[in-house]
Amino acid sequence: MSTPTPTNVFEYAPAPESRAIVDIKPSYGLFINGEFVDGNGTSFKTVNPATEEVLAEVAEANDADVDEAVKAARRAYTRVWSRMSGAERAKYLYRIARIIQERGRELAVLESIDNGKPIKESRDVDVPIVAAHFFYYAGWADKLKYSGYGETPLGVAGQVIPWNFPLLMLAWKIAPALACGNTVVLKPAETTPLTALLFAEICQQADLPPGVVNIVTGAGETGRAIVSHPDVDKVAFTGSTEVGKAIARAVAGSDKKVTLELGGKAANIVFDDAPLDQAVEGIVNGIFFNQGHVCCAGSRLLVQESVADEVLERLKRRMSTLRMGDPLDKNTDVGAINSGEQLKRIRELSEVGDAEGAERWEVACDLPTKGFWFPPTLFTGVSQAHRIAREEIFGPVLSVLTFRTPSEAVEKANNTPFGLSAGVWTDKGSRILSMANRLRAGVVWANTFNKFDPTSPFGGYKESGYGREGGRHGLEAYLKGADQ
Amino acid sequence: MSRIDVRKTYKLYIGGQFPRSESGRSYVVNDAKGRLLANAAQASRKDARDAVVAARAAFGGWSTRTAYNRAQVVYRIAEVLEGRREQFEAELRAAEGITAAKARTYVDAAIDRLVWYAGWADKITQVVGNANPVAGPFFNLSTPEPSGVIAVVAPRGALLGLVSVVAPLIITGNTVVVIASEDNPLTAITLGEVMATSDLPGGVVNVLTGSQAEIAPWLASHMDVNGIDLTGVEDAELATELEVSAADNLKRVRRPAPDTDWLAEPGLDRMTQFLETKTVWHPIGV
Repeated sequence: MSTPTPTNVFEYAPAPESRAIVDIKPSYGLFINGEFVDGNGTSFKTVNPATEEVLAEVAEANDADVDEAVKAARRAYTRVWSRMSGAERAKYLYRIARIIQERGRELAVLESIDNGKPIKESRDVDVPIVAAHFFYYAGWADKLKYSGYGETPLGVAGQVIPWNFPLLMLAWKIAPALACGNTVVLKPAETTPLTALLFAEICQQADLPPGVVNIVTGAGETGRAIVSHPDVDKVAFTGSTEVGKAIARAVAGSDKKVTLELGGKAANIVFDDAPLDQAVEGIVNGIFFNQGHVCCAGSRLLVQESVADEVLERLKRRMSTLRMGDPLDKNTDVGAINSGEQLKRIRELSEVGDAEGAERWEVACDLPTKGFWFPPTLFTGVSQAHRIAREEIFGPVLSVLTFRTPSEAVEKANNTPFGLSAGVWTDKGSRILSMANRLRAGVVWANTFNKFDPTSPFGGYKESGYGREGGRHGLEAYLKGADQ
Repeated sequence: MSRIDVRKTYKLYIGGQFPRSESGRSYVVNDAKGRLLANAAQASRKDARDAVVAARAAFGGWSTRTAYNRAQVVYRIAEVLEGRREQFEAELRAAEGITAAKARTYVDAAIDRLVWYAGWADKITQVVGNANPVAGPFFNLSTPEPSGVIAVVAPRGALLGLVSVVAPLIITGNTVVVIASEDNPLTAITLGEVMATSDLPGGVVNVLTGSQAEIAPWLASHMDVNGIDLTGVEDAELATELEVSAADNLKRVRRPAPDTDWLAEPGLDRMTQFLETKTVWHPIGV
């Protein structure tokens, strides 16, 4: 098999999006009871992962701050939000959706600066879905009696979200919670707090009653304080399986309702009758979208043996055309790794791949000298026992395995403690439906991958967590249920 | 001289068979007045693990049967139970010291509950699943699927309580390892006899008798168990310990329910708590 030469197929002039639209303050406080306050804890810095430039100093909420936030949320729940009619709650959520659309460019640029993701993705994927999510759940607020889950809210929701889709994960948490009549205390990830703080401003612009949304920034300790606070009725977490398990232990014996959206190691299965060019696009989108910082990333490619060489050749050729660099450049396909810590983990696991005997191939490209970067990479000769086939790398690293029969593909795909997503590529309809039935995963993308929509439930089987976010099913996490 | 009756040996129900505990242990079960009823098998860690293996082996076949077929099997359990109702009424009276009328009420309710759940097999998908109108050219459908192998700590109600926790799990395609009420385990094994003769495949329901505090922790920490129903755990400390262990592989956990009225009509939550939602996307195009 000939290895394609990585060349710049097209030369592109730089096309950077202007960052003048965002106004990053030198320091940020906590958003509690409708106001920004200093907090009683220390502070931390958030950096631009593409340049390592310090963007702002952000307050780190301590136990007392979290307690203040929970009290504010409880007051708002008891006095205002749970008493308001669904129709009125809906109007606030519609307002928020509209302001997100109005300030969409600003949110997208800020997200790319703080997170490192390409502006193309924050502008065309993250922010539009954020607005759509609020718009969708706004409409549920006065229709809960038709949901099948009753219409009684739980109370105060404590929500902890990750850094890979900062604003989108905020929307997935806050929109259904508020629609159902709960109030929230939300902690964004420590490396990506800025869009959540801008969202706090949006809540102010929308005149959302004080205390309905509280944003407390911080790291693991702040998260623990929220999750274990005795006056929190509901815990929602998106992040690592390890932390998810710790949360499940922490709430044991309490009455707290929990939803967890955790890690994955999704199989993307390509049969020999698949439309190969489309499949290659799907493989690339599956693992290199958002630098592979995606819990449902298609990180294990299972390709049928008879087309493996051809798929790999096309895949390498396609990977060689990916443009990596300035997240704010409108031509950029692959941005920066979110943090030095994450880059270290990706490097370590990739080195384990080398050491265990898999063969590494990476796109040859010049990496910027500053910032955190890792080139799109694939490993061949991977066996099921290899750590790179079992553990979530959460980076732009694809492990390639082969199979001969559909049953072998199912066996290999399901051979993981995770069960978040899976992909199937074939032209045969009956095979798609059979595979979709047999794959133990919460989302199955057939002849597509990494599609998200506010109406479509998302969440995992097994150690990928429990509960669903999105759609009618997403309401269940924030209501007491029809039987109560 | 009156005839000497033939007593029954109460063993475990695992993988469609009735083995003794591999530990060779048994414990005394008395009636409501403290007289010996029988020696019940005292299941061990090994028995619990064997039961999980049997439940896992049965899962693939049971979960992929048609819903209509699962409905007929569970309905069949109700039929066979109806046919043996005198035996169950007598057992309940002896074990629990209740009146004939009360025993009849419980047996009636247990049979009716099985019939109620049987009917859900091919309806629950329609009630809790739905199509999703995504903003793009995609077919998008969400349907429920069983979580897998579920461990259950059964409540005290020797027949109605047991049926009420097991039926909602198997009707949706899960397979079950259930720890029978510790004080009152014999009826659970007799119910095993009913299930074994009702076309229920071996391993779909496995019944362990013995010490709840001894067996339940092994099931709670077992990495091939997908969910645990703590309904019958009365010790709050034990319940918390079990929930902590269950987090090792993120089992779906149903917390204890001490005040459940088993005669009331149940809702959907005993089924939905151990269902996963699967969402399938496919592009629409020509």
